Amino acid sequence: MNTEVLHEFVNKLKEENSAWVVDVKDALGEVTAIVPCESIVDVCWVLKTTHGFDLLADLCGADRGVEEDPRFEVNYHLFSTKHHNRLRLKVLLTEDEPNVKSVVSVWKTANWLERETYDLVGVNFEGHPDLRRILLPSDFDGHALRKDYPLRGYEPYSLT
Amino acid sequence: MGLENNIWESLPDVVTVKLDAVVNWARKSSIWPATFGLACCAIEMMNSVSARNDLSRFGAETFRASPRQADVMIVSGRVSRKMAPVLRRIYDQMPEPKWVISMGACATSGGVFDNYAIVQGVDKVVPVDIYIPGCPPRPEMLVHAIMMLQEKIMKESVKDRRDTFEKESRQSIVPGTLPITEGTVLEELAKNSEVKPYTVPSKHERRRSS
Amino acid sequence: MSVATENLTGQVDVLDQLESQMTISMGPQHPSTHGVLRLELVLDGELVIKAVPDIGYLHTGMEKLFEYKKYQQGIVITDRMDYLNPLGNNLVYVMAAEKLLQLEIPERAQVVRVLMCELQRIASHMVWLGTHCLDIGAMSAFFYCFRQREKILNLIEAVSGGRLTPSYFRIGGLMMDLPAGFERRVKQFLDDFPAALDELNTLVSGNTLWQSRTQGIGIISPEDAIDWGLTGPCLRGSGIDLDLRRHNPYSGYETYDFEVPVELDCDVWARFRVRMREMRESYKIVRQAIDRLKPGPTKADAPKIVLPDRDDMRKHMDSLIHHFLIVAEGFNVPTGEVYQAIEASKGELGVYMKSNGGPKPERVHFRGPSFVNLQALPVMSEGEMVADVVAIIGSLDIVLGEIDR
Repeated sequence: MNTEVLHEFVNKLKEENSAWVVDVKDALGEVTAIVPCESIVDVCWVLKTTHGFDLLADLCGADRGVEEDPRFEVNYHLFSTKHHNRLRLKVLLTEDEPNVKSVVSVWKTANWLERETYDLVGVNFEGHPDLRRILLPSDFDGHALRKDYPLRGYEPYSLT
Repeated sequence: MGLENNIWESLPDVVTVKLDAVVNWARKSSIWPATFGLACCAIEMMNSVSARNDLSRFGAETFRASPRQADVMIVSGRVSRKMAPVLRRIYDQMPEPKWVISMGACATSGGVFDNYAIVQGVDKVVPVDIYIPGCPPRPEMLVHAIMMLQEKIMKESVKDRRDTFEKESRQSIVPGTLPITEGTVLEELAKNSEVKPYTVPSKHERRRSS
Repeated sequence: MSVATENLTGQVDVLDQLESQMTISMGPQHPSTHGVLRLELVLDGELVIKAVPDIGYLHTGMEKLFEYKKYQQGIVITDRMDYLNPLGNNLVYVMAAEKLLQLEIPERAQVVRVLMCELQRIASHMVWLGTHCLDIGAMSAFFYCFRQREKILNLIEAVSGGRLTPSYFRIGGLMMDLPAGFERRVKQFLDDFPAALDELNTLVSGNTLWQSRTQGIGIISPEDAIDWGLTGPCLRGSGIDLDLRRHNPYSGYETYDFEVPVELDCDVWARFRVRMREMRESYKIVRQAIDRLKPGPTKADAPKIVLPDRDDMRKHMDSLIHHFLIVAEGFNVPTGEVYQAIEASKGELGVYMKSNGGPKPERVHFRGPSFVNLQALPVMSEGEMVADVVAIIGSLDIVLGEIDR
């Protein structure tokens, strides 16, 4: 897997603004660029318009662990329909401020993906037009995919 | 050939028969399911209706979309917490006589999914007549279940199944299988009155445990 | 004309019937929603003003379950996700784990994987066609499609023991080798299949009623389609040539000779044509795969990860120990994260797997194609009639198990 092509994209991002890329990881044929959470919308906009990453394949949140700092991370998997390359962007968020700007203005497909991340992990997306629960019932208490939420939940389902 | 040709001399004009036998025979022979396909078991249910295993030979001629026209509800698939009130509502909308077949491991007991999202057994929500194990059960198993249900129907009595008045059924609570939290309505009801079976019409079924 | 209605507090509202819009809930229990999907439709007569999908009625918490199960145990759960294409789900999960472990898969296993996946694609498209026809009203096509599907399910059952939940692939290869006589059965199926497909075409595609119900409906432009994240036949029906089997090949797909059907009409009819042509291409791939089968190992050479043969396990001590350890403790997967995507029958099925060095994954996230495709439903259906919404949902080919996970 040639990752030089992907590294070129990351280098071009660094040329635009060196604060945009905090760290670059290259493993298993995939390149991950760690982006600070304030500049994610700008980075995505540049990647979409100038470098051709027009499809947001996946937006995925994860809880790294209760004692980790930063606790949450949000991964953006970008794909290009023109040059068929994949790139991953990662945003790290702390437990006290799990807020990141929404990329709905860049790709419309982020709408439900961000709602799902908010629902299951609890990350807050600022600027999202309609941030509410999507998979869990709307009166559900807590965020199910966090590591401190028990597998079996807190109480079994009861009719009343 | 034919029954009438063979015994036409001794065939009487009036026949005395047990009412239950005739009514139950009519009910079991045209038992129309309501479409309640949720997940993978629904696909096996569709397979059992299609040409190879034809369920309509046994009376399940059409799957009625509206529960008001259906006899049996085949709960096929996993019931999530968000769906459980909908399930109960559809069950309440079915007129008597009604039966429930819980198809598959997820409907019977939660199946592979022992977690926060799935109701561990659909009999916590509706009273079930036939349980079918399997993940998913083969279409032949569903056919067998319909046949078992037909045998069960033959043993019932017409007097057991009356429609209920809605207000009565709204007050019924689930008999003591779920823990009663202190300080809630359930505790008062449990202290004051004896526990009623939770669908008042189903007097023919005494739920012991789930 | 005005209608007086009494609302909950007893006050009387006077509505002008000609000007009111009706909100209906095409509720979770509905014969045409392909599962438990709830659509809130705001209608003006029969015209849809707004359509808001409401999902979550089949949420199973699978992603949380994966974190509590060893890698091998998770394969069984992936079957139940997109239950019309279980081998595809298995494949993508297994491939992601193999990428993390950096295993090399033997050639016979790769060929059998391609063979089974393409058979599964045909079966999934058969269900799509049957239910799509049933929704629009052509009930006989349902029976024809399920008849063909029974044949494929028999083949899958012969190979793995399960019709709908095979769990046939394992990390490192296959569960077990193909049974005796399998190739003859597949060739028998392949000999009958083109005639069946032509029959379906005669039944459905040439029908003017079908054409008038599906042409010009549910249009989404190519730019919108990419922006909304559509993939698979929905995207190819809008003119964009994107197929992960061709452009990001995996499991040896680059060595097979097949076309990627693309249609330019952007409507329900185009997506229908794409899927019909895809079934024919899958047939070609299965033919090539079955001719390519050579005897060889079906599992990778990694004794600590792949279960040994039963004979081996009974005779040799080290195989027994490996078997015990793999089943009881699981194997440790090196730390890392990987995103693996395949072209499932509905679109790009992707899995993001993150491992922290233990026997259980830390985070597994499935990017279900139906989840992303369903987002575009309001765009496609606003301005259409209610009956057309049913046709559009059918053409999107959604499976609620994948949407709600």
